[in-house]
Amino acid sequence: SQDSKMASVVPLKEKKLLEVKLGELPSWILMRDFTPSGIAGAFQRGYYRYYNKYVNVKKGSIAGLSMVLAAYVFLNYCRSYKELKHERLRKYH
Amino acid sequence: MNENLFASFITPMMFGLPLITLIVLFPSLLFPTSSRLVNNRLISLQQWMLQLVSKQMMSIPNTKGQTWALMLMSLILFIGSTNLLGLLPHSFTPTTQLSMNLGMAIPLWAGAVITGFRNKTKASLAHFLPQGTPTPLIPMLVIIETISLFIQPVALAVRLTANITAGHLLIHLIGGATLALMSINTTTALITFIILILLTVLEFAVAMIQAYVFTLLVSLYLHDNT
Repeated sequence: SQDSKMASVVPLKEKKLLEVKLGELPSWILMRDFTPSGIAGAFQRGYYRYYNKYVNVKKGSIAGLSMVLAAYVFLNYCRSYKELKHERLRKYH
Repeated sequence: MNENLFASFITPMMFGLPLITLIVLFPSLLFPTSSRLVNNRLISLQQWMLQLVSKQMMSIPNTKGQTWALMLMSLILFIGSTNLLGLLPHSFTPTTQLSMNLGMAIPLWAGAVITGFRNKTKASLAHFLPQGTPTPLIPMLVIIETISLFIQPVALAVRLTANITAGHLLIHLIGGATLALMSINTTTALITFIILILLTVLEFAVAMIQAYVFTLLVSLYLHDNT
């Protein structure tokens, strides 16, 4: 009970996303750093999180690279969805 | 089918934002840098491959030509990774755009020629006339050699563009034909097999880079040394 009392006084700004309660979510989003350097910092942190978890390990497997390529294919599919909509299975193209 | 055959070669824009910048920069994500002696598998593999290629390619020119090693190695990495990424479904390949290939070919070729002219003027000018031509033929031959010199960058760019574009188009066409023939059985197996072979051959898009950089290197070598 002592621990939960201490945890509840952590300021909102420094909580990670998964620790934010649902009611506090809008104010948490508004408090994030949306300056260009803040956004660049977010991308950098995300990049290093992925890199150190999947690639920069002693016995990295093909999964580290494949996940990046799969995400690339998915993003390209989203980008060209508008033109691909017309190619759904139909009798005459 | 005719319209969407060429739709994959349009410059990708989204809400007016040039997505192509991101797509051109994407291969750099796949080549991490590290200053350690013993690296993870990805970096070790890439370093091994780079060493192999640079030893094979940079042993030919002399000292002055070897100063181009960094430029040529980054060139081969860029074109190789861009072409290979273009083989993934739905992706956009920047090297299918003639504008980009011309932008790569012309400065590099011009640099090689101008280096040759500055350092060995007599030898570079002598390239325009092969040895032992009969005297009446000389004017004609000088013109022909000049034309062949100036066509080099255009040939470099158009070769790369045409090869990659033709490969992509063929994959689209044959894939579409396979789908259409799904209802008719025996032909389907044959065509699917042809697609498989074609894709494998096309994966030697890496050989494309080899051709590109090698040709560039040969030209550079000739202009700097002989």
